[in-house]
Amino acid sequence: MFKKLIPHPILSVMLIIIWLLLNNDFSVGQMVLGAILGVVIPIITTGFWPDQVDAQKPWLWVKFFGVVIYDIIAANILVARWILGRSQTLRPAFMELTIELTSPLAISILASTISLTPGTVSCSLSADKRRLLIHSLHVENISIALVQMHERYQKPLLEMIK
Amino acid sequence: MSGFMEVVISLLIIIGAIFTLLGSLSLLKLPDFFMRLHGPTKASTLGTGAILVASALYFSLTKGEISVHEILITVFLFITAPVSAYMLAKAALHLKLKQQAQTQGQTLSQQEGEG
Repeated sequence: MFKKLIPHPILSVMLIIIWLLLNNDFSVGQMVLGAILGVVIPIITTGFWPDQVDAQKPWLWVKFFGVVIYDIIAANILVARWILGRSQTLRPAFMELTIELTSPLAISILASTISLTPGTVSCSLSADKRRLLIHSLHVENISIALVQMHERYQKPLLEMIK
Repeated sequence: MSGFMEVVISLLIIIGAIFTLLGSLSLLKLPDFFMRLHGPTKASTLGTGAILVASALYFSLTKGEISVHEILITVFLFITAPVSAYMLAKAALHLKLKQQAQTQGQTLSQQEGEG
């Protein structure tokens, strides 16, 4: 019964939060309206969500979020310095990260995180979803950079989404 | 609103403006397409982020009620910026756009362009 009424609990909660933020109003009336939308929209769009998102370990999500925010700020300052410096001294590189994640959601979170953080943009995911091509604005040692990316982003994601 | 908060908000707006400017400047300055791609995806996220934090603070303090829909703008921006960068990069790989001579790992990008 519960599963039929609320097929995607996380989606429902997100919808309610987004509704309240959009209205910038946290009154009871808006919460009720948000709750109605949070129940109705997932039921109507259930065909678009074939897989149940299995998010685990909420504190890991909080930690991951904190790391990413910190990295975004650090990356911005670093990239700003590179942009202002002499562009001839930059050493851009293409590199390939081996993907160990299997869930499409986890892979897209990883690719987006890489795009938002230190001087890297994810360019192309191979057809078998095992390799992600990344372009970096400036890199001294490719293998160290790849290990860092794996340790910092892929490892926590492996535990966060099953 | 106290003088201290006015200073904080002004600083945030100036920081935001500087980073947004740098993001645009990188489009002008960097030598090849893949390098130019880095400007808009990063320098602009912190720039916009700082301006939105300033906006949330200002309207929360002057109106007396908490203003948080700026968070939503940030979230949407963080979700969409990497996707558009990915699409642009993928198209550029297929078109085999020119790369700087000192780019490392060029063979990887050539394989990807053919695949």
